[in-house]
Amino acid sequence: MSYIKKSPWLVHYDGSSCNGCDIEVLACLTPLYDVERFGIVNTGNPKHADIFLVTGGVNTQNLPVVRQIYEQMPEPKVVIAVGACACTGGVFHDCYNMLGGMDKAIPVDVYVPGCAARPEAIIDGVVKGLAVLEEKQKALAVPVNEKLAEKETVMEPSVAMNKQQEAKK
Amino acid sequence: MGKSTVVPFGPQHPVLPEPIHLDLELQDEKVVKAIPSIGYIHRGLEKLVEKRGFQEYVYVAERVCGICSFGHGWGYSKAIEGLMGIEVPRRAEYLRTIWHEISRLHSHLLWAGLGADALGFESLFMQCWRIRETILDIIEQTTGGRVIFSVCKVGGVRRDIPDNELKEIVARLDKLKKEIDEVATIFLNDETIHARLKGVGTVSYDDAVALGCVGPTARASGVPQDYRMGDEGGAYKDLGFTPVLATEGDCFARAKVRLLELYQSMDIIKGCVENMPAGDIAVPVKGFPPAAEYFTRVEQPRGEAVYYVKGNKTKNLERFRLRTPTNANIAVLVKMLQGCDLADVPNIILTIDPCISCCER
Repeated sequence: MSYIKKSPWLVHYDGSSCNGCDIEVLACLTPLYDVERFGIVNTGNPKHADIFLVTGGVNTQNLPVVRQIYEQMPEPKVVIAVGACACTGGVFHDCYNMLGGMDKAIPVDVYVPGCAARPEAIIDGVVKGLAVLEEKQKALAVPVNEKLAEKETVMEPSVAMNKQQEAKK
Repeated sequence: MGKSTVVPFGPQHPVLPEPIHLDLELQDEKVVKAIPSIGYIHRGLEKLVEKRGFQEYVYVAERVCGICSFGHGWGYSKAIEGLMGIEVPRRAEYLRTIWHEISRLHSHLLWAGLGADALGFESLFMQCWRIRETILDIIEQTTGGRVIFSVCKVGGVRRDIPDNELKEIVARLDKLKKEIDEVATIFLNDETIHARLKGVGTVSYDDAVALGCVGPTARASGVPQDYRMGDEGGAYKDLGFTPVLATEGDCFARAKVRLLELYQSMDIIKGCVENMPAGDIAVPVKGFPPAAEYFTRVEQPRGEAVYYVKGNKTKNLERFRLRTPTNANIAVLVKMLQGCDLADVPNIILTIDPCISCCER
Protein backbone atom coordinates (compact mmCIF):
# COMPACT_ATOMS: atom_id res chain seq x y z
CA MET A 1 0.00 0.00 0.00
CA SER A 2 1.40 3.35 -0.95
CA TYR A 3 0.35 6.76 0.19
CA ILE A 4 0.89 10.19 -1.15
CA LYS A 5 0.86 13.60 0.48
CA LYS A 6 -1.29 15.38 -2.07
CA SER A 7 -4.63 14.28 -3.53
CA PRO A 8 -4.17 13.03 -7.08
CA TRP A 9 -6.53 14.42 -9.72
CA LEU A 10 -7.32 12.40 -12.76
CA VAL A 11 -8.47 13.00 -16.27
CA HIS A 12 -10.44 10.32 -18.08
CA TYR A 13 -10.59 9.78 -21.83
CA ASP A 14 -12.52 7.14 -23.72
CA GLY A 15 -10.22 5.90 -26.48
CA SER A 16 -12.38 3.49 -28.40
CA SER A 17 -13.98 1.54 -25.61
CA CYS A 18 -17.51 0.16 -25.60
CA ASN A 19 -18.49 2.37 -22.64
CA GLY A 20 -18.45 -0.53 -20.21
CA CYS A 21 -15.18 0.56 -18.60
CA ASP A 22 -16.16 4.24 -18.74
CA ILE A 23 -19.28 3.75 -16.68
CA GLU A 24 -17.26 1.68 -14.23
CA VAL A 25 -14.74 4.54 -13.95
CA LEU A 26 -17.65 6.86 -13.15
CA ALA A 27 -19.07 4.28 -10.72
CA CYS A 28 -15.82 4.59 -8.74
CA LEU A 29 -16.68 8.24 -8.04
CA THR A 30 -20.23 7.59 -6.90
CA PRO A 31 -21.48 6.68 -3.41
CA LEU A 32 -20.82 2.91 -3.30
CA TYR A 33 -17.08 3.21 -4.05
CA ASP A 34 -16.67 6.97 -3.58
CA VAL A 35 -13.00 7.64 -4.20
CA GLU A 36 -13.69 11.36 -3.87
CA ARG A 37 -13.50 10.90 -0.10
CA PHE A 38 -9.74 10.42 -0.59
CA GLY A 39 -9.54 13.65 -2.52
CA ILE A 40 -9.36 11.97 -5.91
CA VAL A 41 -11.16 14.27 -8.33
CA ASN A 42 -12.15 13.55 -11.91
CA THR A 43 -11.24 16.76 -13.67
CA GLY A 44 -11.98 17.65 -17.26
CA ASN A 45 -8.79 19.62 -17.69
CA PRO A 46 -5.63 17.67 -18.55
CA LYS A 47 -3.46 20.49 -17.17
CA HIS A 48 -4.95 19.91 -13.70
CA ALA A 49 -4.39 16.17 -13.74
CA ASP A 50 -1.71 13.85 -12.33
CA ILE A 51 -3.23 10.58 -13.54
CA PHE A 52 -4.51 9.81 -17.03
CA LEU A 53 -7.16 7.06 -16.96
CA VAL A 54 -7.62 5.83 -20.47
CA THR A 55 -10.08 3.20 -21.65
CA GLY A 56 -10.28 1.51 -25.04
CA GLY A 57 -7.65 0.94 -27.69
CA VAL A 58 -6.07 3.26 -30.21
CA ASN A 59 -7.43 3.93 -33.67
CA THR A 60 -6.15 6.34 -36.29
CA GLN A 61 -8.61 9.09 -35.43
CA ASN A 62 -8.13 9.17 -31.68
CA LEU A 63 -4.35 8.71 -31.73
CA PRO A 64 -3.59 12.47 -31.97
CA VAL A 65 -6.25 13.26 -29.33
CA VAL A 66 -4.74 10.83 -26.82
CA ARG A 67 -1.22 12.14 -27.47
CA GLN A 68 -2.42 15.72 -27.11
CA ILE A 69 -4.03 15.06 -23.73
CA TYR A 70 -0.90 13.22 -22.57
CA GLU A 71 1.41 16.03 -23.68
CA GLN A 72 -0.72 18.68 -22.00
CA MET A 73 -0.45 16.99 -18.60
CA PRO A 74 2.29 18.39 -16.33
CA GLU A 75 5.13 16.18 -15.10
CA PRO A 76 5.14 13.90 -13.15
CA LYS A 77 2.26 12.00 -14.71
CA VAL A 78 0.99 8.44 -14.64
CA VAL A 79 -0.98 6.66 -17.36
CA ILE A 80 -3.37 3.89 -16.33
CA ALA A 81 -4.81 1.70 -19.09
CA VAL A 82 -8.23 0.48 -17.91
CA GLY A 83 -9.74 -2.66 -19.40
CA ALA A 84 -8.73 -5.34 -21.85
CA CYS A 85 -9.01 -3.02 -24.90
CA ALA A 86 -6.68 -0.43 -23.42
CA CYS A 87 -4.18 -3.16 -22.45
CA THR A 88 -4.02 -5.09 -25.72
CA GLY A 89 -6.93 -4.19 -27.98
CA GLY A 90 -9.05 -6.89 -26.34
CA VAL A 91 -11.96 -8.36 -28.24
CA PHE A 92 -11.41 -5.83 -31.02
CA HIS A 93 -7.69 -6.54 -31.50
CA ASP A 94 -8.11 -7.75 -35.09
CA CYS A 95 -10.55 -5.05 -36.24
CA TYR A 96 -9.33 -3.17 -39.30
CA ASN A 97 -9.47 0.17 -37.55
CA MET A 98 -7.65 -0.78 -34.35
CA LEU A 99 -3.94 -0.12 -33.93
CA GLY A 100 -3.83 -2.04 -30.64
CA GLY A 101 -3.51 -1.22 -26.94
CA MET A 102 -2.88 2.25 -25.52
CA ASP A 103 0.85 1.57 -25.23
CA LYS A 104 1.02 1.98 -29.01
CA ALA A 105 0.31 5.69 -28.52
CA ILE A 106 1.66 6.74 -25.12
CA PRO A 107 3.80 5.14 -22.39
CA VAL A 108 1.52 3.21 -20.01
CA ASP A 109 2.49 2.71 -16.36
CA VAL A 110 -0.29 0.51 -14.97
CA TYR A 111 -2.46 -2.04 -16.77
CA VAL A 112 -5.89 -2.85 -15.30
CA PRO A 113 -7.36 -6.08 -16.71
CA GLY A 114 -11.02 -6.99 -17.11
CA CYS A 115 -13.82 -6.71 -19.63
CA ALA A 116 -15.35 -4.57 -18.30
CA ALA A 117 -12.82 -3.74 -15.57
CA ARG A 118 -14.57 -3.82 -12.20
CA PRO A 119 -14.50 -0.70 -9.99
CA GLU A 120 -12.44 -2.60 -7.38
CA ALA A 121 -9.83 -3.35 -10.05
CA ILE A 122 -9.80 0.25 -11.24
CA ILE A 123 -9.31 1.54 -7.69
CA ASP A 124 -6.51 -1.00 -7.20
CA GLY A 125 -4.93 0.25 -10.43
CA VAL A 126 -5.07 3.84 -9.24
CA VAL A 127 -3.45 2.87 -5.92
CA LYS A 128 -0.63 1.16 -7.87
CA GLY A 129 -0.43 4.30 -10.00
CA LEU A 130 0.10 6.39 -6.87
CA ALA A 131 3.27 4.41 -6.07
CA VAL A 132 4.55 5.11 -9.60
CA LEU A 133 3.64 8.77 -9.23
CA GLU A 134 5.62 9.00 -6.01
CA GLU A 135 8.67 7.42 -7.64
CA LYS A 136 8.44 9.81 -10.56
CA GLN A 137 8.13 12.73 -8.18
CA LYS A 138 11.27 11.64 -6.35
CA ALA A 139 13.17 11.25 -9.60
CA LEU A 140 12.14 14.74 -10.70
CA ALA A 141 12.88 16.43 -7.38
CA VAL A 142 16.26 18.16 -7.19
CA PRO A 143 18.16 17.40 -3.96
CA VAL A 144 18.09 20.28 -1.44
CA ASN A 145 21.87 20.99 -1.57
CA GLU A 146 21.88 21.30 -5.34
CA LYS A 147 18.87 23.56 -5.20
CA LEU A 148 20.63 25.90 -2.79
CA ALA A 149 23.75 25.96 -4.93
CA GLU A 150 21.66 26.75 -8.00
CA LYS A 151 19.93 29.55 -6.15
CA GLU A 152 23.23 31.18 -5.25
CA THR A 153 24.50 31.35 -8.81
CA VAL A 154 21.20 32.17 -10.45
CA MET A 155 19.62 34.56 -7.99
CA GLU A 156 22.64 36.64 -7.15
CA PRO A 157 24.76 37.11 -10.26
CA SER A 158 26.66 40.05 -8.73
CA VAL A 159 28.05 37.80 -6.01
CA ALA A 160 29.04 35.22 -8.56
CA MET A 161 30.75 37.85 -10.74
CA ASN A 162 32.67 39.24 -7.77
CA LYS A 163 33.86 35.74 -7.00
CA GLN A 164 35.01 35.26 -10.57
CA GLN A 165 36.88 38.58 -10.57
CA GLU A 166 38.55 37.68 -7.31
CA ALA A 167 39.64 34.40 -8.80
CA LYS A 168 41.22 36.22 -11.80
CA LYS A 169 43.23 38.53 -9.56
CA MET B 1 -25.14 41.11 -34.44
CA GLY B 2 -21.46 40.38 -34.08
CA LYS B 3 -19.63 38.27 -36.54
CA SER B 4 -19.91 34.55 -36.16
CA THR B 5 -17.36 32.50 -34.24
CA VAL B 6 -16.73 28.78 -34.37
CA VAL B 7 -16.31 27.09 -31.02
CA PRO B 8 -15.06 23.50 -31.01
CA PHE B 9 -16.85 21.23 -28.49
CA GLY B 10 -15.14 17.96 -27.62
CA PRO B 11 -13.88 15.32 -28.28
CA GLN B 12 -12.52 15.48 -24.74
CA HIS B 13 -15.06 17.49 -22.76
CA PRO B 14 -15.95 17.31 -19.03
CA VAL B 15 -19.66 16.79 -19.66
CA LEU B 16 -19.22 13.96 -22.14
CA PRO B 17 -18.15 10.54 -20.95
CA GLU B 18 -17.50 9.69 -24.58
CA PRO B 19 -15.82 11.60 -27.39
CA ILE B 20 -17.93 13.37 -29.98
CA HIS B 21 -16.81 16.53 -31.69
CA LEU B 22 -19.13 19.42 -32.58
CA ASP B 23 -18.21 22.63 -34.35
CA LEU B 24 -20.60 25.22 -32.95
CA GLU B 25 -21.02 28.32 -35.08
CA LEU B 26 -22.00 31.13 -32.74
CA GLN B 27 -23.52 34.55 -33.24
CA ASP B 28 -22.87 36.18 -29.87
CA GLU B 29 -24.22 33.56 -27.45
CA LYS B 30 -26.64 31.87 -29.85
CA VAL B 31 -25.72 28.74 -31.76
CA VAL B 32 -26.54 29.21 -35.43
CA LYS B 33 -25.22 25.96 -36.71
CA ALA B 34 -23.77 22.77 -35.27
CA ILE B 35 -21.61 20.47 -37.36
CA PRO B 36 -20.99 17.07 -35.77
CA SER B 37 -17.96 14.98 -36.61
CA ILE B 38 -17.68 11.43 -35.38
CA GLY B 39 -15.32 8.51 -35.75
CA TYR B 40 -13.26 8.67 -32.55
CA ILE B 41 -14.54 5.29 -31.34
CA HIS B 42 -14.96 3.54 -34.65
CA ARG B 43 -13.57 0.02 -34.34
CA GLY B 44 -15.10 -1.60 -37.39
CA LEU B 45 -16.65 -4.48 -35.55
CA GLU B 46 -19.26 -5.24 -38.22
CA LYS B 47 -16.47 -6.62 -40.36
CA LEU B 48 -15.37 -8.91 -37.54
CA VAL B 49 -18.16 -11.35 -38.51
CA GLU B 50 -15.79 -12.50 -41.25
CA LYS B 51 -13.24 -13.58 -38.64
CA ARG B 52 -15.41 -14.90 -35.79
CA GLY B 53 -17.84 -17.80 -35.87
CA PHE B 54 -21.52 -16.85 -35.85
CA GLN B 55 -22.05 -18.18 -32.32
CA GLU B 56 -18.85 -16.65 -31.02
CA TYR B 57 -19.80 -13.24 -32.42
CA VAL B 58 -22.51 -12.75 -29.73
CA TYR B 59 -19.68 -11.66 -27.41
CA VAL B 60 -18.54 -9.03 -29.89
CA ALA B 61 -22.13 -7.86 -30.48
CA GLU B 62 -22.53 -7.37 -26.73
CA ARG B 63 -19.51 -5.10 -26.78
CA VAL B 64 -21.02 -2.72 -29.33
CA CYS B 65 -21.98 -0.76 -26.26
CA GLY B 66 -21.39 -1.36 -22.58
CA ILE B 67 -24.61 0.33 -21.47
CA CYS B 68 -27.15 -1.48 -23.64
CA SER B 69 -24.95 -4.55 -24.07
CA PHE B 70 -27.68 -7.12 -23.40
CA GLY B 71 -29.95 -5.63 -26.05
CA HIS B 72 -27.26 -5.87 -28.71
CA GLY B 73 -26.53 -9.50 -27.84
CA TRP B 74 -30.26 -10.19 -28.00
CA GLY B 75 -30.74 -8.37 -31.30
CA TYR B 76 -27.90 -10.27 -32.94
CA SER B 77 -29.09 -13.64 -31.58
CA LYS B 78 -32.63 -12.85 -32.70
CA ALA B 79 -31.42 -12.09 -36.22
CA ILE B 80 -29.46 -15.37 -36.41
CA GLU B 81 -32.41 -17.33 -34.97
CA GLY B 82 -34.65 -15.80 -37.63
CA LEU B 83 -32.13 -16.60 -40.34
CA MET B 84 -31.77 -20.23 -39.27
CA GLY B 85 -35.40 -20.73 -38.28
CA ILE B 86 -34.70 -21.57 -34.65
CA GLU B 87 -37.64 -21.60 -32.26
CA VAL B 88 -36.53 -20.19 -28.89
CA PRO B 89 -38.20 -21.63 -25.74
CA ARG B 90 -40.70 -19.28 -24.08
CA ARG B 91 -38.87 -19.32 -20.78
CA ALA B 92 -35.74 -18.04 -22.52
CA GLU B 93 -37.76 -15.24 -24.14
CA TYR B 94 -39.16 -14.23 -20.74
CA LEU B 95 -35.70 -14.30 -19.15
CA ARG B 96 -34.36 -12.18 -22.00
CA THR B 97 -37.16 -9.68 -21.46
CA ILE B 98 -36.34 -9.47 -17.75
CA TRP B 99 -32.64 -8.85 -18.41
CA HIS B 100 -33.39 -6.36 -21.14
CA GLU B 101 -35.72 -4.36 -18.91
CA ILE B 102 -33.21 -4.51 -16.05
CA SER B 103 -30.60 -3.08 -18.38
CA ARG B 104 -33.09 -0.37 -19.39
CA LEU B 105 -33.50 0.53 -15.70
CA HIS B 106 -29.74 0.78 -15.31
CA SER B 107 -29.35 2.77 -18.50
CA HIS B 108 -32.09 5.29 -17.67
CA LEU B 109 -30.82 5.79 -14.12
CA LEU B 110 -27.33 6.28 -15.52
CA TRP B 111 -28.75 8.88 -17.89
CA ALA B 112 -30.67 10.61 -15.08
CA GLY B 113 -27.40 10.94 -13.19
CA LEU B 114 -25.43 12.29 -16.12
CA GLY B 115 -28.30 14.64 -17.00
CA ALA B 116 -28.31 16.02 -13.45
CA ASP B 117 -24.53 16.39 -13.59
CA ALA B 118 -24.79 18.42 -16.80
CA LEU B 119 -27.20 20.76 -14.99
CA GLY B 120 -24.72 21.15 -12.17
CA PHE B 121 -26.98 19.18 -9.79
CA GLU B 122 -24.18 17.13 -8.27
CA SER B 123 -26.12 15.59 -5.36
CA LEU B 124 -28.89 14.30 -7.63
CA PHE B 125 -26.21 12.73 -9.86
CA MET B 126 -24.82 10.89 -6.84
CA GLN B 127 -28.27 9.74 -5.69
CA CYS B 128 -29.19 8.36 -9.12
CA TRP B 129 -25.96 6.40 -9.30
CA ARG B 130 -26.40 5.14 -5.74
CA ILE B 131 -29.81 3.74 -6.65
CA ARG B 132 -28.36 2.27 -9.84
CA GLU B 133 -26.01 0.08 -7.78
CA THR B 134 -29.06 -1.93 -6.57
CA ILE B 135 -29.81 -2.81 -10.20
CA LEU B 136 -26.17 -3.71 -10.81
CA ASP B 137 -26.36 -6.02 -7.77
CA ILE B 138 -29.33 -7.81 -9.33
CA ILE B 139 -27.43 -8.09 -12.62
CA GLU B 140 -24.35 -9.43 -10.86
CA GLN B 141 -26.40 -11.94 -8.89
CA THR B 142 -28.14 -13.31 -11.96
CA THR B 143 -25.42 -13.11 -14.61
CA GLY B 144 -22.07 -12.71 -12.88
CA GLY B 145 -21.16 -9.50 -14.66
CA ARG B 146 -21.87 -5.88 -13.80
CA VAL B 147 -22.13 -4.20 -17.18
CA ILE B 148 -21.49 -6.92 -19.76
CA PHE B 149 -23.88 -9.81 -19.07
CA SER B 150 -22.84 -12.49 -21.62
CA VAL B 151 -25.95 -14.57 -20.85
CA CYS B 152 -27.57 -14.38 -24.27
CA LYS B 153 -26.63 -16.96 -26.89
CA VAL B 154 -27.99 -18.09 -30.21
CA GLY B 155 -30.90 -20.39 -29.36
CA GLY B 156 -31.66 -19.14 -25.87
CA VAL B 157 -29.88 -18.00 -22.72
CA ARG B 158 -26.93 -19.43 -20.81
CA ARG B 159 -28.31 -19.24 -17.29
CA ASP B 160 -31.66 -19.75 -15.66
CA ILE B 161 -32.96 -17.61 -12.83
CA PRO B 162 -34.56 -19.92 -10.21
CA ASP B 163 -38.11 -19.04 -9.16
CA ASN B 164 -37.18 -18.08 -5.59
CA GLU B 165 -34.55 -15.70 -6.95
CA LEU B 166 -37.14 -14.15 -9.27
CA LYS B 167 -39.39 -13.44 -6.27
CA GLU B 168 -36.46 -11.90 -4.44
CA ILE B 169 -35.79 -9.62 -7.42
CA VAL B 170 -39.40 -8.40 -7.33
CA ALA B 171 -39.09 -7.69 -3.60
CA ARG B 172 -35.92 -5.69 -4.25
CA LEU B 173 -37.60 -3.75 -7.04
CA ASP B 174 -40.44 -2.83 -4.66
CA LYS B 175 -37.89 -1.31 -2.31
CA LEU B 176 -36.16 0.38 -5.22
CA LYS B 177 -39.44 1.90 -6.38
CA LYS B 178 -39.61 4.07 -3.24
CA GLU B 179 -36.09 5.35 -3.88
CA ILE B 180 -36.85 6.05 -7.53
CA ASP B 181 -39.97 7.93 -6.37
CA GLU B 182 -37.77 10.31 -4.40
CA VAL B 183 -35.42 10.99 -7.30
CA ALA B 184 -38.24 11.30 -9.82
CA THR B 185 -40.10 13.77 -7.57
CA ILE B 186 -37.04 16.01 -7.48
CA PHE B 187 -36.53 15.68 -11.23
CA LEU B 188 -40.14 16.46 -12.10
CA ASN B 189 -40.88 19.20 -9.54
CA ASP B 190 -37.63 21.05 -8.89
CA GLU B 191 -37.74 24.68 -9.97
CA THR B 192 -34.12 24.78 -11.10
CA ILE B 193 -34.61 21.80 -13.36
CA HIS B 194 -37.76 23.34 -14.82
CA ALA B 195 -35.90 26.57 -15.49
CA ARG B 196 -33.06 24.81 -17.25
CA LEU B 197 -34.99 22.22 -19.24
CA LYS B 198 -38.46 23.55 -20.07
CA GLY B 199 -38.75 25.06 -23.52
CA VAL B 200 -35.12 24.21 -24.36
CA GLY B 201 -34.25 22.21 -27.45
CA THR B 202 -37.82 21.78 -28.63
CA VAL B 203 -38.57 19.36 -31.46
CA SER B 204 -42.01 19.41 -33.05
CA TYR B 205 -43.94 16.25 -33.95
CA ASP B 206 -43.37 16.91 -37.67
CA ASP B 207 -39.63 17.44 -37.25
CA ALA B 208 -39.35 14.29 -35.16
CA VAL B 209 -41.04 12.28 -37.89
CA ALA B 210 -39.21 13.95 -40.78
CA LEU B 211 -35.75 13.56 -39.19
CA GLY B 212 -36.47 9.97 -38.22
CA CYS B 213 -35.57 10.17 -34.57
CA VAL B 214 -36.21 7.15 -32.36
CA GLY B 215 -36.72 6.11 -28.76
CA PRO B 216 -37.51 8.47 -25.90
CA THR B 217 -36.43 11.40 -28.10
CA ALA B 218 -39.28 10.60 -30.53
CA ARG B 219 -41.77 9.68 -27.82
CA ALA B 220 -41.20 13.02 -26.05
CA SER B 221 -42.44 14.75 -29.21
CA GLY B 222 -45.59 12.64 -29.24
CA VAL B 223 -44.49 10.08 -31.84
CA PRO B 224 -45.83 6.68 -30.66
CA GLN B 225 -42.75 4.85 -31.84
CA ASP B 226 -41.67 1.93 -29.69
CA TYR B 227 -40.81 -1.45 -31.17
CA ARG B 228 -41.94 -3.20 -28.02
CA MET B 229 -45.52 -2.56 -29.22
CA GLY B 230 -45.10 -5.00 -32.09
CA ASP B 231 -42.27 -7.19 -30.83
CA GLU B 232 -42.91 -10.87 -31.60
CA GLY B 233 -39.94 -11.98 -29.49
CA GLY B 234 -39.78 -11.45 -25.76
CA ALA B 235 -42.76 -11.28 -23.46
CA TYR B 236 -44.11 -7.95 -24.68
CA LYS B 237 -46.85 -9.45 -26.82
CA ASP B 238 -48.19 -11.57 -23.95
CA LEU B 239 -48.05 -8.78 -21.41
CA GLY B 240 -49.42 -6.01 -23.61
CA PHE B 241 -47.57 -2.76 -24.05
CA THR B 242 -48.40 0.92 -24.45
CA PRO B 243 -45.55 3.40 -24.85
CA VAL B 244 -45.00 6.37 -22.54
CA LEU B 245 -45.63 9.57 -24.48
CA ALA B 246 -45.20 13.29 -23.92
CA THR B 247 -46.16 16.06 -26.31
CA GLU B 248 -43.98 19.06 -25.44
CA GLY B 249 -40.87 17.83 -27.26
CA ASP B 250 -38.44 19.83 -25.10
CA CYS B 251 -35.58 18.65 -22.88
CA PHE B 252 -37.92 18.34 -19.91
CA ALA B 253 -40.31 16.09 -21.83
CA ARG B 254 -37.45 13.80 -22.77
CA ALA B 255 -36.38 13.58 -19.13
CA LYS B 256 -39.99 12.89 -18.09
CA VAL B 257 -40.42 10.08 -20.62
CA ARG B 258 -37.28 8.34 -19.38
CA LEU B 259 -38.27 8.64 -15.73
CA LEU B 260 -41.76 7.28 -16.38
CA GLU B 261 -40.24 4.42 -18.37
CA LEU B 262 -38.44 3.36 -15.19
CA TYR B 263 -41.83 2.51 -13.65
CA GLN B 264 -42.95 0.83 -16.85
CA SER B 265 -39.85 -1.39 -16.92
CA MET B 266 -40.41 -2.43 -13.31
CA ASP B 267 -44.01 -3.38 -14.16
CA ILE B 268 -42.84 -5.43 -17.16
CA ILE B 269 -40.35 -7.31 -14.98
CA LYS B 270 -43.08 -8.06 -12.43
CA GLY B 271 -45.40 -9.22 -15.22
CA CYS B 272 -42.68 -11.55 -16.55
CA VAL B 273 -42.06 -13.03 -13.11
CA GLU B 274 -45.79 -13.64 -12.52
CA ASN B 275 -46.32 -15.32 -15.89
CA MET B 276 -42.94 -17.07 -16.14
CA PRO B 277 -43.42 -20.30 -18.12
CA ALA B 278 -41.57 -23.46 -17.12
CA GLY B 279 -39.35 -25.38 -19.52
CA ASP B 280 -35.99 -25.29 -21.23
CA ILE B 281 -33.87 -22.18 -21.48
CA ALA B 282 -32.08 -22.99 -24.74
CA VAL B 283 -32.26 -25.22 -27.78
CA PRO B 284 -29.19 -26.72 -29.46
CA VAL B 285 -28.04 -24.99 -32.64
CA LYS B 286 -27.05 -27.27 -35.52
CA GLY B 287 -25.50 -26.40 -38.86
CA PHE B 288 -24.51 -23.08 -40.36
CA PRO B 289 -26.60 -20.06 -41.35
CA PRO B 290 -28.09 -20.53 -44.85
CA ALA B 291 -27.27 -18.26 -47.80
CA ALA B 292 -30.10 -15.86 -47.06
CA GLU B 293 -30.66 -12.57 -45.29
CA TYR B 294 -32.75 -11.51 -42.35
CA PHE B 295 -33.44 -8.33 -40.49
CA THR B 296 -34.96 -7.63 -37.12
CA ARG B 297 -35.33 -4.91 -34.56
CA VAL B 298 -34.99 -4.44 -30.80
CA GLU B 299 -36.16 -1.49 -28.73
CA GLN B 300 -33.03 -0.39 -26.88
CA PRO B 301 -33.08 2.06 -23.96
CA ARG B 302 -32.13 4.78 -26.47
CA GLY B 303 -34.51 3.70 -29.22
CA GLU B 304 -34.94 1.23 -31.97
CA ALA B 305 -31.88 -0.68 -33.22
CA VAL B 306 -32.00 -2.52 -36.54
CA TYR B 307 -30.01 -5.72 -37.13
CA TYR B 308 -29.32 -7.14 -40.56
CA VAL B 309 -27.50 -10.44 -41.17
CA LYS B 310 -26.57 -12.28 -44.32
CA GLY B 311 -25.28 -15.87 -44.23
CA ASN B 312 -23.29 -17.88 -46.78
CA LYS B 313 -23.52 -21.51 -45.56
CA THR B 314 -20.25 -21.23 -43.63
CA LYS B 315 -19.31 -20.71 -40.01
CA ASN B 316 -18.87 -16.98 -40.64
CA LEU B 317 -21.56 -14.58 -41.74
CA GLU B 318 -21.12 -12.66 -44.94
CA ARG B 319 -22.46 -9.38 -43.61
CA PHE B 320 -23.74 -7.91 -40.38
CA ARG B 321 -25.18 -4.44 -40.28
CA LEU B 322 -26.43 -2.53 -37.29
CA ARG B 323 -28.29 0.76 -37.27
CA THR B 324 -28.16 2.19 -33.78
CA PRO B 325 -30.50 4.68 -32.10
CA THR B 326 -27.90 7.40 -31.52
CA ASN B 327 -27.05 7.29 -35.20
CA ALA B 328 -30.67 8.13 -35.96
CA ASN B 329 -30.85 10.83 -33.29
CA ILE B 330 -27.81 12.85 -34.35
CA ALA B 331 -29.81 14.46 -37.17
CA VAL B 332 -32.38 15.73 -34.73
CA LEU B 333 -29.64 16.83 -32.31
CA VAL B 334 -28.22 19.15 -34.97
CA LYS B 335 -31.71 20.60 -35.46
CA MET B 336 -32.19 21.11 -31.70
CA LEU B 337 -28.90 22.93 -31.33
CA GLN B 338 -29.84 25.58 -33.91
CA GLY B 339 -30.86 28.72 -32.08
CA CYS B 340 -30.08 27.56 -28.54
CA ASP B 341 -27.79 29.31 -26.05
CA LEU B 342 -24.20 28.10 -25.78
CA ALA B 343 -24.78 27.31 -22.08
CA ASP B 344 -27.62 24.92 -22.94
CA VAL B 345 -25.54 22.84 -25.38
CA PRO B 346 -24.47 20.20 -22.79
CA ASN B 347 -28.08 19.73 -21.61
CA ILE B 348 -29.41 19.33 -25.11
CA ILE B 349 -26.71 16.85 -26.09
CA LEU B 350 -27.37 14.78 -22.99
CA THR B 351 -31.15 14.66 -23.37
CA ILE B 352 -30.89 12.60 -26.55
CA ASP B 353 -28.91 10.19 -24.33
CA PRO B 354 -26.03 9.85 -26.78
CA CYS B 355 -24.19 6.56 -26.87
CA ILE B 356 -21.29 7.26 -29.14
CA SER B 357 -19.80 3.77 -29.05
CA CYS B 358 -23.15 2.41 -30.34
CA CYS B 359 -23.24 5.12 -32.94
CA GLU B 360 -19.79 4.46 -34.36
CA ARG B 361 -19.42 0.77 -33.60
